[in-house]
Amino acid sequence: MAAVSFPSTTFAPQSTKPNPKSVFPSPSNLSFSSRSCPSFPLTPLRCSPLRRAAITVACASADVSSSAKAFRGLCYVVGDNIDTDQIIPAEHLTLVPSNPSEYEKLGSFALCGLPSSYTTRFVVPDATKTEYSIIIGGANFGCGSSREHAPVALGAAGAVAVVAESYARIFFRNSVATGEVYPIEVEDRVCEECQTGDEVSVLLEEGGGRLINHRTGKEWKLKPIGDAGPVIEAGGIFAYARKTGMIPSAA
Amino acid sequence: MAASTTISPSTSFVANKNELGFSGFVTSRLPSAKRFGGGKPGRKVVAVMAPPQKAERMPATTGSVKNAMTMTEKIFAKASEKPKLSPGENVWVNVDVLMTHDVCGPGSFGIFKKEFGQNAKVWDREKVVVIPDHYIFTADERANRNVDILRDFCKEQNIKYFYDITDLSDFKGVCHVALAQEGHCRPGEVLLGTDSHTCTAGAFGQFATGIGNTDAGFVLGTGKLLLKVPPTLRFVLDGEMPNHLLAKDLILQIIGEISVAGATYKSMEFVGSTVESLNMEERMTLCNMVVEAGGKNGVVPADATTFEYLKDKTTKRYEPLYSDGSARFLSEYRFDVSKLEPLVAKPHSPDNRALARECKDVKIDRVYIGSCTGGKAEDFLAAAKVFLASGKKVKVPTFLVPATQKVWLDLYTLPVPGSGGKTCSQIFEEAGCDPPASPGCGACLGGPKDTYARMNDAKVCVSTTNRNFPGRMGHKEGQIYLASPYTAVASALTGYVTDPREFLQ
Repeated sequence: MAAVSFPSTTFAPQSTKPNPKSVFPSPSNLSFSSRSCPSFPLTPLRCSPLRRAAITVACASADVSSSAKAFRGLCYVVGDNIDTDQIIPAEHLTLVPSNPSEYEKLGSFALCGLPSSYTTRFVVPDATKTEYSIIIGGANFGCGSSREHAPVALGAAGAVAVVAESYARIFFRNSVATGEVYPIEVEDRVCEECQTGDEVSVLLEEGGGRLINHRTGKEWKLKPIGDAGPVIEAGGIFAYARKTGMIPSAA
Repeated sequence: MAASTTISPSTSFVANKNELGFSGFVTSRLPSAKRFGGGKPGRKVVAVMAPPQKAERMPATTGSVKNAMTMTEKIFAKASEKPKLSPGENVWVNVDVLMTHDVCGPGSFGIFKKEFGQNAKVWDREKVVVIPDHYIFTADERANRNVDILRDFCKEQNIKYFYDITDLSDFKGVCHVALAQEGHCRPGEVLLGTDSHTCTAGAFGQFATGIGNTDAGFVLGTGKLLLKVPPTLRFVLDGEMPNHLLAKDLILQIIGEISVAGATYKSMEFVGSTVESLNMEERMTLCNMVVEAGGKNGVVPADATTFEYLKDKTTKRYEPLYSDGSARFLSEYRFDVSKLEPLVAKPHSPDNRALARECKDVKIDRVYIGSCTGGKAEDFLAAAKVFLASGKKVKVPTFLVPATQKVWLDLYTLPVPGSGGKTCSQIFEEAGCDPPASPGCGACLGGPKDTYARMNDAKVCVSTTNRNFPGRMGHKEGQIYLASPYTAVASALTGYVTDPREFLQ
């Protein structure tokens, strides 16, 4: 293996110049007028060719290059301690996420482990995609197993972001590493104030951002993404490592 | 408490546990609830039972107070080649061992190849341990294909430690128990695994935690990972272990105390005279369920018990590391173990703690004894003890799934103390249990529908496993009571959730 240099790095937020190839340049302080946002066509969240996310990018009237990240879609509301067995039951773990057809299949099983008290299913039987691009959760979302199949299943199904009160460590890390879903934190019990099917917008801005429920008009402040920001920004752990010179660029 | 000599964190020594012992109480006041990096407030110091009895000052193991670090911080410092670290820092750590199994291996290898190239080689063929253990006794085609993927990769990469299932001489069983039995767990090292219960290895005084496929793919290529230094919660367990309690009861007590998110992003350090009295497998049980409290890792300081266990398992040099006497802990919890009682975690959460005796009206349908948490040799010996004390037969189907080949063999060969030379298997047979099944993860996590002892109907089960979220063992409406092997057997004998003191005096 080629020798690589490993500079010791402590995580520091990096300001990234807008990448012409990327649809989502770095966040900046931009105020959004939710009413006058034009809708943009569906855009994939990250470089994975396997993603087909049903998201609408809402941009303010300012030029595209300085827009922050924004997602708008229907939300699916869950409670506290949604563990990885509920997100993707173990019997489906024979599906290998790096295999494209099995990746799609994983999506069809996303959140199928939720108890029957959840009368509206995240992915309806026989479908592979969900109509809900944003999941709203309570505390300790993603607790339990380290299975990466969990954020992968959510992403494969078409979710783009989870907005929860708090996350279990490994799930959060896997979400960041894969780039499958944005794991966003919110202070409030948003899961008690939103209903499955509400149209919401998630606006990521420097220093945090906002969640807007378009049905009720209510808004909540999002917590800043923190140390994971630069990794998500770069597009996952590999991209980040290449960017910071930890590993050579892909051939 | 200044030391007279300055010793760098990377000094190597094989310590006599008494020199650096953690028996007795720390009388110097630790900062209470020191917060790192925001988030919810930490718990205050909780004195659970009797007040401290002894005052014993511990010598500091490194120099000035300013450089004082916890064990986990020291392991991070050593692994990232830094003289000192603080919680919250993100550092690239060198990985000593990477473990993967049949569920996450294929995905990890796929990512490795995609990112490093089809012809890439792993960073060190001796530091990757591949252990098929989850879905290995099933007709499921994909599951079998996944083991083939592991085999192909290991062959191509010339992986030294691949415990294949085709040849019984290679086959081991549940990864976390196999790692320990095969000498891959060593004090002071960094062990990462694509399984949340990798934290089990913290029993050996090392940093061990679970990671996902993408992180594992990264480690395969580089031998490093970007990790954030966790602050440490300290759990001081003192008092003589009652004969009706096991380590499972201790960890259920703790999880019930701090909740399933009480240790999120934190390290859990277990010290105290009770911990010192535990054998390695009991310490493994303690650290195993750290993840159930959200913990990043768990650690038990290495001592004579550890070194004795490792003597015939590894010839590699290792360097135990210990928390400085003046290290800062986020919070400290104290338990007088002599006052604790057998516990269960009721459906559907590991922190849904209850006294076993208060659940005696809960009728059960089955009992499951197995998994990395409760399927080790010590767990089965404990189970045998209760059967021996009772002399009766079980009232419900009782499933026994030894974690590894070695455990399976132990069931059939080890004489059970006080039984007049009987083996566990004989005692289990006489008690009417199902015969011990093939070693593996079994039904702990449900798995393919044909998995032995999988819960395919809505039943009530007392289990020595680690999670009881809805659907964990198969059926969404299944009710799982997590318990120690003592409590599991006591319950099997009555057909209800039962405190083992009904049988153990």
